[in-house]
Amino acid sequence: MPSTSPSAPVDTLTARGPGADRWSFARLGSAVGLRGPLRAFGYWLVSYRRTWRGTVVSSFLSPLLYLGAMGFGLGTLVDGNDAGGRLDGVPYAAFLAPGVLAATAMQTAVGESTYPVMGAMKWHRQYHAMLAAPLGVVDLLLGHLAFVLFRVLVSAVGFVLVGAVLGAFTSPWVLAAIPVTLLCGAAHASPVMAYAVRQEGDGGFTVLFRFGLVPMFLFAGTFFPVDQLPAVLRPLAWATPLWHATTLCRGLSLGGLDALPAAGHLGYLALWAAAGLWLALRCYRRRLLP
Amino acid sequence: MTEEGSPGADLGDALIRARGLTKRFGEFVAVDGIDVEVRRGEAFGFLGPNGAGKSSTMRMIGCVSPRSGGELTVLGLDPRTDAARIKARLGVVPQRDTLDEELTVLENLVVYARYFGLPRSVARARAAELLAFAQLTERAESLVEPLSGGMKRRLTIARSLVNSPEILLLDEPTTGLDPQARHLLWDRLFRLKRQGVTLVLTTHYMDEAEQLCDRLVVMDDGRIVAEGSPRALVERWCTREVVELRFPDEDHAPFAAKVGGLADRIETLPDRLLLYVDDGEAVAEAVHLRGLRPMSALVRRGTLEDVFLRLTGRSLVD
Repeated sequence: MPSTSPSAPVDTLTARGPGADRWSFARLGSAVGLRGPLRAFGYWLVSYRRTWRGTVVSSFLSPLLYLGAMGFGLGTLVDGNDAGGRLDGVPYAAFLAPGVLAATAMQTAVGESTYPVMGAMKWHRQYHAMLAAPLGVVDLLLGHLAFVLFRVLVSAVGFVLVGAVLGAFTSPWVLAAIPVTLLCGAAHASPVMAYAVRQEGDGGFTVLFRFGLVPMFLFAGTFFPVDQLPAVLRPLAWATPLWHATTLCRGLSLGGLDALPAAGHLGYLALWAAAGLWLALRCYRRRLLP
Repeated sequence: MTEEGSPGADLGDALIRARGLTKRFGEFVAVDGIDVEVRRGEAFGFLGPNGAGKSSTMRMIGCVSPRSGGELTVLGLDPRTDAARIKARLGVVPQRDTLDEELTVLENLVVYARYFGLPRSVARARAAELLAFAQLTERAESLVEPLSGGMKRRLTIARSLVNSPEILLLDEPTTGLDPQARHLLWDRLFRLKRQGVTLVLTTHYMDEAEQLCDRLVVMDDGRIVAEGSPRALVERWCTREVVELRFPDEDHAPFAAKVGGLADRIETLPDRLLLYVDDGEAVAEAVHLRGLRPMSALVRRGTLEDVFLRLTGRSLVD
């Protein structure tokens, strides 16, 4: 029972129990100051054990459907056209697959940082529970972002495996695209988390999906090269983080990626992730510590 | 916790100390320069109507709302700079439950214990103890969502105890519960108090304040209007007994004039008159002798509700 006796099982001052360091992952985390975020991340994992089934369709099956319908279905028309031959000199499915890989990372990241964030703030209030414990705003933001990236990672690995079996990925370099999907996820998730934590209802998400997500998915290079766009629209596509992630994934998967442009794409994604994180931290602080 | 070497040691036995504590939201002043001191082992209450500033005060103590002005130390530490260290030694029962309804009762406890860094095995053992304390052992594997309001509240209290807190903060612990559930909850809180846990609670129920609190402050409009034990407050601001008279009339003011002189003080409420007296039976009889025929005449003891009415001119519960 609760008591203030010195024999209390836990040194509550440092909030570490005896044997807390036995778990080596936790030890690694605390060594670099990630103990708080790891604790918050742990909650989302436990919660995911209950809900993972529902996410299989959205983050795994639907990218495969795109690959099947567009890559292998519509792709036969693209590959067989008389005008200019194949896109980038490869089968359309091989062109499309890395695009869908990047776009799925974006969609999973945005999906996991909209309703779940608003829910943790307003409905289920997990953020408030964490804040009452010795976790700070930084801990719960980073912990939640880590979970979003975990979801991105799982769906990316799944898609790469199945895509390779189907023959859409042929180069082992596609494995290097997986870390890129994580950066793509962070670049999209962190600004969306900043946006989501401020929402009072889901109207704002409809706007985000309709005017942000869907146009990016359609026009930022997933299905066809951005060069095909009218010249006035191309800079818009270049400005989206998704185009940079797509270009990286495609370059790694098909080969022909040069170091300097690659560094530029990575830097641009990192900039979105960092700026988004800074913004998210501000918004989280304002909302959670009024 | 040992006194020596612990950061709160130099405070004597004041676990929470506020001086001129202020909270502003833009132009609005929610807490207007209050002085409070909570000692180790006592049950301390903030009594007041909704919007009096109780919850804002609790949130500042719980390190989830930065103060706008004044001084505040909790366990001898400053919430501005030492939030994590303070929160490691606090238990918090928020006004609205923050349980995860899609997890089981047991999972809720274990997950929360992990926030405090308890290893999984320790967390499980601790959870079993706390389930017994909260009388929820049989529901350990049940999801939270179908539990009754009283059970959820007990689970929230059990959860707030995972870290063996020195101070338990309870914001409106029994609001929305039926009387039986409230009594069960009060009983648990009494046990905690006997074990030496310092309780700090807010309530707008005067019976809850009288039941649980050793000492309390009455808050209104962000300020403290009175302070003391429930008994001392009633003695200071109220008479021993109160006669409540209801007349079959819309307006009770004319009747106030007719019973003039019978009581130390008369309050005219929309539906009844309150006569503050020492001997209620005698005054009820005197009313009758004056030829007045109220629908009902109730004699009762003075309560904190009367104290609040006296101090602010308003009722606690609208």
